[in-house]
Amino acid sequence: MYRYDEFDHAFVQERVAQFRDQVTRRLNGELTEEEFRPLRLMNGLYLQLHAYMLRVAIPYGVLSSRQLHKLADIATKYDRGYAHFTTRQNLQYNWPRLEDMPDILDELASVEMHALQTSGNCIRNITADQYAGVAADEIEDPRICGEILRQWSSLHPEFSFLPRKFKIAITGSPRDRAAIKLHDIGIVMVRNPAGETGCEFWVGGGQGRTPVIAKCINAFVPRRDMLSYSEAILRVYNMHGRRDNIYKARIKILVNEIGIDEFRRQTDEQWALIRGGALDVPAEEIARITAYFAPPAYEKLAPNPAGFVQKRDSDPAFAAWLRSNVAAHKIPGYAIVNISLKPIGGIPGDATDVQMHVAADLAKRYSFDELRVTHEQNLTFADVRQSDLYDLWRQLGEHGLATPNIGLVSDIIACPGLDYCALANARSIPVAQRISERFADLKRQHDIGDLKIKISGCINACGHHHVGHIGILGVDKKGTEFYQITLGGSADENASIGEILGAAFSYDEVVDAVEKVVETYLKIRTGPDENFLAAVRRAGIAPFKDALYAVR
Amino acid sequence: MQYVKNSKISPDEWLHADTDGPLPAAGDLIVPLARWRAEKDQLLARKTRLGVRLASSESPEIIRDDLGRFDLIALEFPVFRDGRAYSYARLLREQYGFKGELRAVGNVLYDQFSFMHRCGFDAYEVQKDIDAQRFSRALSEFTVRYQPDPDGSPSAIELRHQPQRNAKIQRGRP
Repeated sequence: MYRYDEFDHAFVQERVAQFRDQVTRRLNGELTEEEFRPLRLMNGLYLQLHAYMLRVAIPYGVLSSRQLHKLADIATKYDRGYAHFTTRQNLQYNWPRLEDMPDILDELASVEMHALQTSGNCIRNITADQYAGVAADEIEDPRICGEILRQWSSLHPEFSFLPRKFKIAITGSPRDRAAIKLHDIGIVMVRNPAGETGCEFWVGGGQGRTPVIAKCINAFVPRRDMLSYSEAILRVYNMHGRRDNIYKARIKILVNEIGIDEFRRQTDEQWALIRGGALDVPAEEIARITAYFAPPAYEKLAPNPAGFVQKRDSDPAFAAWLRSNVAAHKIPGYAIVNISLKPIGGIPGDATDVQMHVAADLAKRYSFDELRVTHEQNLTFADVRQSDLYDLWRQLGEHGLATPNIGLVSDIIACPGLDYCALANARSIPVAQRISERFADLKRQHDIGDLKIKISGCINACGHHHVGHIGILGVDKKGTEFYQITLGGSADENASIGEILGAAFSYDEVVDAVEKVVETYLKIRTGPDENFLAAVRRAGIAPFKDALYAVR
Repeated sequence: MQYVKNSKISPDEWLHADTDGPLPAAGDLIVPLARWRAEKDQLLARKTRLGVRLASSESPEIIRDDLGRFDLIALEFPVFRDGRAYSYARLLREQYGFKGELRAVGNVLYDQFSFMHRCGFDAYEVQKDIDAQRFSRALSEFTVRYQPDPDGSPSAIELRHQPQRNAKIQRGRP
């Protein structure tokens, strides 16, 4: 993984010193809360319902064991012994004190981490495919461009006061696990006919109250031009994005209002002015960063070793975990392991300090000292020998980290909702917990198959409800929580926005409604090979509507 | 309010003209864009220096053909979070080659100085005295920058791959 050089170290230390000074000026009254607010937000510090919340950046979702140990230590020392992994591959502490903040940032800096631009109207943490470097169909490791963009976007002098927040996601593989079409800029690494790798740029995707699928703005930008091209897009947005209405300020609204062709024309016009200049990424820099993401020292192994096959065939619980949580690796004899942070009845994405230490130790032992955070709020060990899978599974299980439910009905994305968030209209976490408990029977979950439920506690859509196969949106009706259900959303390479099923359900009714939807799917599916999303796409929402609203 | 020019608190020799009413008879004058458009001839007939003030909704592109007429361009920051003028400043300096004074006016606070400076501003109407007094400190908070600056200061990428330049800068440091 990437390691800081002298410049990166100095930069982050200088940023901590700057924030320490800002906190001092706030505490001594030199800055009003109104003046301090945008400054603290630019460093990931929110004021929530009950306390401050600190959001730590995990660039493109990659962590070393050492970093995860440090994150666990911070949870013990400055918080309440747990932390929360978010849909943007970040980590949140829910109870830190303002006075402790500079010290927390110092501790993060000691392991090459920071909270830069995890909030505010600036370019946020760059996210990427959690299978970076290990997916068989990958064109190029997305973390290389991710790191180049991370550096370029850090305290950008021109783009730190954009109309609204700006999110970039990258996938190196045509199979999209990073939801790139739901980002302000989405990048797909591609290869041109000459065999060179480059970036396919998508622009104007997003969720919130106006969900939009991104549009392709440029099918091939050479890597050396990726910063000048990004800068051109951002400059058009910074000058022309709407600032009169916070709900219309994202780039998706600008792209929709002027049209993708006009947006492309303006971008090209700006790009022509700066292309080939100081923003060119030199080949030496691409090579320098690429070297950090060189494959680890894989052993030459035979696939499916006998001991592994024997355990798989004799232990059904292990086999079930392999089926849902373990994915194919590009190197024979290795596997990709997904660690569910969605135990039955648990809070999606939460991990205790002990669990974080355990995951860090196991990653060190079994996966080259590295792990990834997924946008679906789980963890990934990218490089595990198949022969180690059984031991790893047993040790994960001892700490509640082996729930075999990745991609299944209880692998729910949920925002913090009304339990923490000042913007929420309704609770999300307890709805996720109750659905998870309703489908606690893992055999039943495996029978149902691939099903992504996503829950947001308000229209800002942090829980990605628009792109859930089943989406649940909490709304407030005269002081009471209600939940609107959408069907057929998807965040992958065939992204789609879910369709609203009908009238919203009360907090008490919503879990029954979800179960009814699932039962209806089981009834109408052509067979176990037709997953939930495929069935909805084939049959439409009518059968689900009939099933749900006929009984009311 | 304090006026900072080239990192130092300085006396401000310029007057801001109101949106209407009679123009001051003498003195270097900054006029709103609307007055420039309406009273061009009268303004050019003055023997004083001339500046134009652009609101954050007014792109410098609209005065591109007139840039040679101005010794100063003032760009407004109506609120902290309105960052349009950062792009305008870079366009003026890097693309339109404007060499006169580029002045930040409006909500101009300590924590913006380094961003503004790096986008090409060289003059500031600073709201708080204490911010103005610490102007140079704001510019020295970072020794590393990840983006190339219009003033030619090297980015981390350039320093990494141009060792001669790096050595020169290291030597130049106190």
